[in-house]
Amino acid sequence: MVKRTSLSSNYAVAYAVKMADVDVIAAYPITPQTHIVEKLSEFIANGELDAEMIHVESEHSAMSATIGASAAGARVFTATASQGLELMHEILHIASGMRLPIVMAVASRALSPPINIWSDYSDIMNARDTGWIIYIVSSAQEAFDTIIQAYKLAENKEVLLPVMVAFDGFVLSHTFEAVDLPEEEEVRRFIPKQVTWYTLDPENPMTLGPLGPPEWYYEFKYQQVVALNKALEIAKQVDDEYGKVFGRKYGLVEPYRLDDAEIAIVAYGALASTAKAAVDEARKNGVKVGLLRLRLFRPSPVEEIAKYLENVKAVGVMDRAISFGAPYGGPVFADIMEALYMKGVDTLLSSFILGIGGRPMYLHDVLTVINKVKEIAESGRRTIETYYIGVRE
Amino acid sequence: MTNQYYRSIADLPREELFARGHRMCQGCAAALIMRWLTKAIGKDAIIVNATGCVEVTTTVYPYTAWKHPWIHVAFENAAAVASGVETAIKMLKKKGRIPKDKDIKIVVVAGDGGTYDIGLQALSGMLERYHDVMYVLYDNEAYMNTGIQRSGGTPLYAWTTTTPAGTVWRGERRPKKPITDIVAAHRIPYVATANPAYIVDMMNKFKKGLEIEGPTFIHVFSPCTPGWRIDTAKTIEVSRLAVLTAVWVNYEIENGEFRVTSPVPRRKHVRHYLKLQGRFRHMTEQEIEEFQKYIDKEVERINKLAGKEVIGPVVE
Repeated sequence: MVKRTSLSSNYAVAYAVKMADVDVIAAYPITPQTHIVEKLSEFIANGELDAEMIHVESEHSAMSATIGASAAGARVFTATASQGLELMHEILHIASGMRLPIVMAVASRALSPPINIWSDYSDIMNARDTGWIIYIVSSAQEAFDTIIQAYKLAENKEVLLPVMVAFDGFVLSHTFEAVDLPEEEEVRRFIPKQVTWYTLDPENPMTLGPLGPPEWYYEFKYQQVVALNKALEIAKQVDDEYGKVFGRKYGLVEPYRLDDAEIAIVAYGALASTAKAAVDEARKNGVKVGLLRLRLFRPSPVEEIAKYLENVKAVGVMDRAISFGAPYGGPVFADIMEALYMKGVDTLLSSFILGIGGRPMYLHDVLTVINKVKEIAESGRRTIETYYIGVRE
Repeated sequence: MTNQYYRSIADLPREELFARGHRMCQGCAAALIMRWLTKAIGKDAIIVNATGCVEVTTTVYPYTAWKHPWIHVAFENAAAVASGVETAIKMLKKKGRIPKDKDIKIVVVAGDGGTYDIGLQALSGMLERYHDVMYVLYDNEAYMNTGIQRSGGTPLYAWTTTTPAGTVWRGERRPKKPITDIVAAHRIPYVATANPAYIVDMMNKFKKGLEIEGPTFIHVFSPCTPGWRIDTAKTIEVSRLAVLTAVWVNYEIENGEFRVTSPVPRRKHVRHYLKLQGRFRHMTEQEIEEFQKYIDKEVERINKLAGKEVIGPVVE
């Protein structure tokens, strides 16, 4: 029986990890992620989750211990944010390169300096090329559902890659919403324990993490490319299966009122909810605008992006991270541009930066974006400016 | 010693668990140490290796010298990886996915760079959390894998490529970091130093480190023929002289109790040890005497810890 309860995204993640019957957790405290490991510690302390928590001395060791535990055949979990994700950066590459099905939650937060504990996606964008599968979710319910999907995807024999599930620090991590929790038994049936990867076993000894000379290294990396491509297909299947069992599915991207749209905006994370309200508001004033929410960041769902944006005159991409010195605009803007150009979709693109370091993003901020995109569509001219919404110059 | 697993060379295991054909240098002590270590730990063990000489020379894909399950992740995190492996094995046994009576040992192999310097934090965490892991440090006293740069384990006056002997610098300017003291300060049940010229002693320490529950640490002296500028046939001679001059002392600390396992009643002057090695060639007579004075002070400290004169005066 489904149980409706009130949970923050942090707690929703903790419940999902508990239901996934994780064996080993290694984590280090960092705001705004800490509630996840606090809750998991409670579950273990109370005997509700039969797992061991390794109280590591850094995030670097958190990812390292997680790798060790996964390589030994355990189902593992860790969580972090911001500086913590940066500290584990080196080991992120090794987790994916060693093809270990690690699942990690990231309560996204700005990077220092100045030190700032509030939300933006600078941390996630730096992890872009680490070879991880990266979801960015928009609600506590979706955080719960995506953690379960993440184990299913990561442990698929054709994938065997680590998965990161990111959501806005505070705005989602600390905000309570209604969440439907399925039966634990049902979750465990959906993601049964099957060790599909190579492990450290004295009965069948393997050398994991060898030296890869030039005549072999390239093939190792290419296999990661193949696995990530495969992950795109399997992520869809997992979402469909999840939908059948639990009644909720999300797609790799989420279109909102795009059917008859003349212009579009693109968002990810909690901003997408504000953006939906802004689309509704703008439509009341006769602006035919729609929203595309990006849910799977890596691997990039290029087909879906092109499919939903091919018929609009202009697209404004809202980024919550700055790509310093980039040719134009934010990091996701660059992705969208690349996807559309390569798919032969010729539309007027513009880049918007907002919500940096926890700067609030109001309805009127998104309406400002919509108006600008409308102006660009009407002028028919390409813009080379990146719009920094809400900054004091 | 409470447990004497091996009394002589004749008692040592015959089965080879470290394959030939690896790419270590001629006369490499680490190769020898790995051969003996793998014999001591037996088949049911998982080895976690930090980046370093041993790691790169034994696993050139698609070959491997390891007959054990073996994992390498990065340079600074072997102790953290081992923490994860150990915890996972414990949990999987608890949950019945590995037979509960199966005894699987977890062993870390790391060099001085990966232990004294970049890996110290992860090591400290592993010791403090009390993981049941034996950590073996093979100490060749510099970053040999990258081409002889100094580390926290480099001894006083030693030439390395980053501590050259010139008119201002005279090789390394500081003595070795007291890594075993630092490890012992974590109050773990067993810490020992070992030397490949004293194989039976070393093997007993490996065995003891494995059998004792909780974290254990074995610090092994590991001459590097190209890095120390020594004749490739003299690895064991240099190792033995290190003990006979008390530049290296074989001891163990079991539950806080200190014991020297290779007493040296009649000590040799450090000159005998230094003269075999090109890395000390630049030292003047006065510098050699300063080095001797430093060792004399160390000997005093060791004797005090032992509560009697286990290392005698210099007689030749």
